[in-house]
Amino acid sequence: MKPFTYERARTPVEAAAAARAPGARFIAGGTNLLDLMKLQIEAPAHLIDVNGLGLDRIEPTTTGGLRIGALVRNTDLAADARVRRDYGVLSRALLAGATAQLRNKATTAGNLLQRTRCPYFYDTNMACNKRQPGAGCSAIGGVTRQLAVIGTSDACIATHPSDMAVAMRVLDAVVETVRADGTTRGIPMGEFHRLPGATPHIETALEPGEFITAVAVPAPIGGRHFYRKVRDRASYAFALISVAAVLQPNGTGRVALGGMAHKPWRVEGAEAELPRGAKAAMGAILSGARPTPDNAFKVTLAERALAAVLAEAKG
Amino acid sequence: MQAPDLPATRRGLMVATVDSIAMPGAGPGAGLGAARSQGAASPAPGAPPGAHGLAAVAFRVNGQAHSLDLDTRVTLLDALREHLQLTGSKKGCDHGQCGACTVMVDGRRIYSCLTLAIMHQGAEISTIEGLGQPGNLHPMQAAFVRHDGYQCGYCTSGQICAAVAALDEIRAGVPSHVTQDLTAAPRVTAEEIRERMSGNICRCGAYSNIVDAIVEVAGAPA
Repeated sequence: MKPFTYERARTPVEAAAAARAPGARFIAGGTNLLDLMKLQIEAPAHLIDVNGLGLDRIEPTTTGGLRIGALVRNTDLAADARVRRDYGVLSRALLAGATAQLRNKATTAGNLLQRTRCPYFYDTNMACNKRQPGAGCSAIGGVTRQLAVIGTSDACIATHPSDMAVAMRVLDAVVETVRADGTTRGIPMGEFHRLPGATPHIETALEPGEFITAVAVPAPIGGRHFYRKVRDRASYAFALISVAAVLQPNGTGRVALGGMAHKPWRVEGAEAELPRGAKAAMGAILSGARPTPDNAFKVTLAERALAAVLAEAKG
Repeated sequence: MQAPDLPATRRGLMVATVDSIAMPGAGPGAGLGAARSQGAASPAPGAPPGAHGLAAVAFRVNGQAHSLDLDTRVTLLDALREHLQLTGSKKGCDHGQCGACTVMVDGRRIYSCLTLAIMHQGAEISTIEGLGQPGNLHPMQAAFVRHDGYQCGYCTSGQICAAVAALDEIRAGVPSHVTQDLTAAPRVTAEEIRERMSGNICRCGAYSNIVDAIVEVAGAPA
């Protein structure tokens, strides 16, 4: 690790102000950031420890939903009785990710902000536009089995690795933030993560220093909740593909996909196709996909995973 | 063949070797910070923690209080092993992929390699050394011995800490990926244990014996 200085923030606004310094980064669970710092993919000059800010509660909102503090650990969110009862897709997605040791540390906000696991991002001998803007992308034309099939650009074909974020997307969650001047805003999950375009190093809609205080989920929408994840081993592996779905008894519903794109992939306009079956729905959801020969299987796999979910919902 | 009764331990030999090649004036524990009792320079009074790349932290390990002045980069694992000489927690991958470094912090299992020591001000930390000792083994340690839940033993302390925590988590009602009914209390089954132990890798492949040991301690049929 490169040397860095360290402070413990006392308020969210203080943290946001401190984060405007060059090279400053927030640290919460640290399970992704420290891994990257050991590899010198991340080399912050200053760490702002936000663990003492008390943003670790799950509270009801005035509109019948839940406000999940930024520092709520993945274990606590997955185990919360309200989440298990009303937002099963969120519990299921969290429990499908990582291991108990990591979920005990990893936070709600940190989960959203984790970096891609693209092997070319991790290998500092390879060109990567995320690590070094303008350097090029060694993944394109390389081994792309795990990488994105839709929403890609000529600069980047990385995926977002989170399971939780896919469930948050299907639940229409809103990311709540505060800036150094004390102003706050809510960013809908659909706008929170960006597609890579020409600037894959800019991964979210957050401004420099902007600090996530909570993630709010709207009032429960009922239905049956599914998170089906397909991976290379039965546990502790990132998704090849995943399907988060909330399906209603009349055959309507919502679907978001993980492992397919630079962000959780959801096409609201395609969900009208759900009553017509997986082939029709997935065809609309993945319209415009540009898979490589290595990862074209993901398109088939996603359709079959959705078919399995739809069958289970009927059964 | 009777093992020769050598006065030196492997650990002691390695520490001595490192000492002999260290820079003049740098004793054990120097370099990336030192225990305060070893006389390392403290950060300037009034300076914020970590302002100069060195920070003070105080936590308890296995019930014993420790105050350390550490380079900000020192992981909890390295603080335990290199500064407190608690070498039961092992460094396998150092990237949170193998589980050999598993310890309990404030009652929860974590990977000690993926967290900074200075982030644990006031924490209550338990390591394998705090679970049991030769002659007074924790039931999980005894079960691992009885079931031969290891071969080389390198992953074992992490496996045992994780196993104790996994059973605590089931008792606390924390669901897992394989829990069928999210709204019901999870049960102790071999399937649950395999899923909950997936963050601990055993390259010798002692998994089936590890599951047997944990199932026995849980008092449940396999």
